[in-house]
Amino acid sequence: MPQLIMRRIGMMILIMLTVALLLFLMNEGDPRLIARSVLGPYAQDQQLDAWIVQHGYDRHILVRYVEWIGRVMSGDLGDSIIYKRPVNEIFWDRLGNTGILAGVTFVVMVIVALTLGVLAGMKEGSTQDRVISVFSITTTSIPEYASAVLLAWIFVFTLGWLPGTSSMTSGFNVVELILPVMVLTLYGFGYVARMTRASMAEVMTNPYIRTAMLKGLPYRHIIMKHALRNALIAPFTVIMLQINWLLSGVVVTEFAFGYKGFGALLLEAALRRDIFVIEACGTAAVFVAVFTQTIGDLGYTYLNPRIRFK
Amino acid sequence: MADPNGKGNGSGEPPVLEISGLRLSYYTRAGEVPAVMDFDLTIAKGESVGLVGESGCGKSTVANGIMRYMGKNGGIVGGTIKFQGRDMAELSEEEIRRVRGKDIAMIYQEPMAALNPSLTIAAQLMEVPMIHEGVSEEEAFQRSFDMLAAVNIPDPKRLMDSYPHQVSGGQQQRVVIAMALLSKPALLLLDEPTTALDVTVEAGIVELIAELSKESGASLLYISHNLGLMLEVCDRICVMYSGEVVEEGHIDSIFSWPKHPYTHGLFGCIPLPHADKNARPLAAIKGQLPLPHQRPKGCYFGPRCESFQAGRCDADHIPMEDVHTDDDPAHRVRCLRWNEIDHDAVVSNETTREPIEVGDTVLEVDNMRKYYDVKESTLATLISREAVRQVKANESISFDAGEGETVAIVGESGCGKSTFAKVLMGLETATDGEVRLDGTDLGSIEVKKRTPEQLASLQMVFQNPNDTLNPSHSVGYQIGRVIKRFGIESDPAKIQDRVHKLLDTVKLPRAFAARKPRQLSGGQKQRVGIARAFAGNPKTVIADEPISALDVSVAAAVTELLMDIQREHRTTLLFISHDLSAVRYLSDRVVVMYLGQIMERGTTEEVFAPPYHPYTEALLSAVPIADPEVEKRRIVLEGNLPSPLDPPKGCPFSTRCQRKVGSICDDEPPPVRLDTEGHSIACHIPLEELREVEPVITIPDRDLEATT
Repeated sequence: MPQLIMRRIGMMILIMLTVALLLFLMNEGDPRLIARSVLGPYAQDQQLDAWIVQHGYDRHILVRYVEWIGRVMSGDLGDSIIYKRPVNEIFWDRLGNTGILAGVTFVVMVIVALTLGVLAGMKEGSTQDRVISVFSITTTSIPEYASAVLLAWIFVFTLGWLPGTSSMTSGFNVVELILPVMVLTLYGFGYVARMTRASMAEVMTNPYIRTAMLKGLPYRHIIMKHALRNALIAPFTVIMLQINWLLSGVVVTEFAFGYKGFGALLLEAALRRDIFVIEACGTAAVFVAVFTQTIGDLGYTYLNPRIRFK
Repeated sequence: MADPNGKGNGSGEPPVLEISGLRLSYYTRAGEVPAVMDFDLTIAKGESVGLVGESGCGKSTVANGIMRYMGKNGGIVGGTIKFQGRDMAELSEEEIRRVRGKDIAMIYQEPMAALNPSLTIAAQLMEVPMIHEGVSEEEAFQRSFDMLAAVNIPDPKRLMDSYPHQVSGGQQQRVVIAMALLSKPALLLLDEPTTALDVTVEAGIVELIAELSKESGASLLYISHNLGLMLEVCDRICVMYSGEVVEEGHIDSIFSWPKHPYTHGLFGCIPLPHADKNARPLAAIKGQLPLPHQRPKGCYFGPRCESFQAGRCDADHIPMEDVHTDDDPAHRVRCLRWNEIDHDAVVSNETTREPIEVGDTVLEVDNMRKYYDVKESTLATLISREAVRQVKANESISFDAGEGETVAIVGESGCGKSTFAKVLMGLETATDGEVRLDGTDLGSIEVKKRTPEQLASLQMVFQNPNDTLNPSHSVGYQIGRVIKRFGIESDPAKIQDRVHKLLDTVKLPRAFAARKPRQLSGGQKQRVGIARAFAGNPKTVIADEPISALDVSVAAAVTELLMDIQREHRTTLLFISHDLSAVRYLSDRVVVMYLGQIMERGTTEEVFAPPYHPYTEALLSAVPIADPEVEKRRIVLEGNLPSPLDPPKGCPFSTRCQRKVGSICDDEPPPVRLDTEGHSIACHIPLEELREVEPVITIPDRDLEATT
């Protein structure tokens, strides 16, 4: 096991470096483009050349890459072109905000998805199963912007229970999180729930479930102890993939509720070619993706002793 | 009914299980499917009753019905199941749960599938007493530990912490048995408990079950298709056919005087020691088991029965009748004509065949070796640079086979027989040595590089016909493709003609060419598999356990068919099997393998009589024989097959050998001793000593003609 972890971490670092290289090439491959975005559209060619030499962009790209990696490792993400401030000052706040939103959504979504998935899958073909399945397909097929509007109409305009924006202008407010979390959960839980359902239904047909039944174990005990663990092996990877989506795929929801998050930052930066912010956001997204997959693989191994003790 | 056979306990004790008039049905879209009908069974305390029948006869449904575990679409339609005086149908869900696993426990066919792969063995054992008796964790652990020791598991401590996939099949089954016995049940249901295991392992398990049930006084309901096994473990048996019992009675009575034509037919299908492929061939039962909704009127066995009488057998439903014999008052049979039929006159095994004359040598295997490299990537091996280890799957295999000859390769799983078949087929290439077919070395030519002629001349019949036919193509297409690929015919009309001829050969209707595999029964699929193998007129056919997945009566028909085709085409047949009864019946010569090496080889008579290799001796003893008059010496092997990664240094069999001489067996490879020209034994024990060993099986000297 420790060996496996070491191997996976090594793998992770390698992937990170490769993807970061691609990211770097795309953003800083052409020094003139960088100079242009920093100096603005009216800068002269000589100014651009001078800027390039001054900031060392005339060196070989791989040298700059290694240097950039070194800076990132030491915590220097560069300066934002738009905000004229170090990326560090904006980036971590935004990442933190999305972290909170993603974290809360993740917990709610996984609990809802697993519960419904297990309830549906343990009695395949029952009314319970059909209701849950139809519900999860429906919610998953409604795009986030549509459900954002719909939920806002219900809870903000009709019932007046919740605030319509989540910009947290007067400090962190849990109530403002409710709508975005609802929208994300509704959209996202369907995949995991249906995956869990299929996996659970498959597990329930296994001979060892019959063994457990004929051992005279209570049904609850069979589900919790004998079925669940095996049923979680397959959806686990999908659950881990959700974290990725929660970090960078929530931009629509963030925009809809005016939530100052990571997705919104990345979108702004991309639209306005704020190179260092794009790089910072990209690196963070890649890191989360690779990290969750590594955790996913290790967790998969942990859940499945047939892999663990080969 | 209270005292079925006057055996065992006095009349005071009530029966453990009392089933009367039981009807079990499944509900499908097509309507009600009666799976079991008119079923009566009484099991006394400590009694062991067998339920025999072929697949689909309803024997497992009975077990599920007793447990009231029929799924959503099944249920008890009529009759009663009384367990310890209580009607199972009247128990609440909660009450039935308390009976399951505590008073009635079950042992299953596939131990690997029956155990939860993600829980430790300890967890799976401990929950039984914890839930049923509410004992503490410490006590549950202790009890589980003791029970593992009681089922003869050598290292219970290590096993407790293991996961099911980490232990061998035999040990898994011992764990399942331990699990069943933990709460001291009054009734044990055993559903084909040894079918998935090797013969020597089976022998150990059977002995264990008998011992433990005697100790605990539990009653047994033993479900199996293996009549030989029944003889070893049961007091009484019920023979089931198409959902009902057709004959029941004391084991000796049924085996000695079977009254029902089906029971009789079953015995005719089993290769008993006195069967002979030429002088006394197997007599397969014609036709096949009717589907539940296609059962004929009157006797369900009618259409397959040699003694069928129109107007009588197909009139009304046949009731069970008492056969009043003095030895067994409980012998009952569901046949109107049981008193009239003279079974010895009916059985059609008067057909004899001329033995095939063995021609020139076709296949020569000369010192063939197959080693696999196993890469290890642990730190320790990386440092010591022993990252590659060799598994010797086949070690110096040498033998030859002549035209029209049947050579059997015998051994348990892991003995290397399948690797050998792979090398022959070109799925693997030999590491060393030669495999010559008609003088050409094929051992080093992989299958992709073989010419169509080479491919056609060496074909294979596989073990499981369900897995080896492509479900999305018709039978005709699959056979036709082989004909085309081997370049035998290219004209579509001629190909079709040949497909039809091949279907004739394997005795299937020509119309089957248009069918998909799912429309065929297991036996029919295997016939298609045989047709496919023979499509290119092969010189040699490898049959890898061709009948072990089939029912008794189907297996007999397929065996006979295989030999008919062999006779016609003078094909060399390599018969790979672990079933020594079948091997004795149909092979001319036998090669016994263990852990990749040949232990003994010779003609069938030589191998099946002393001098034996100790492993051959143990194998012979392990095979159950469905004949009460055959006497058998009991040898139960200890331990497991050693890992091929770490084989014993000396004789491969030394770790389990019942005749081990001493340290020489552990340290030095055994010499190959020649008994006669062609019969050799690899053993440290001198031949003189081996010759003095008593035969394992003693067949009574009976002349069947004389008894009629």
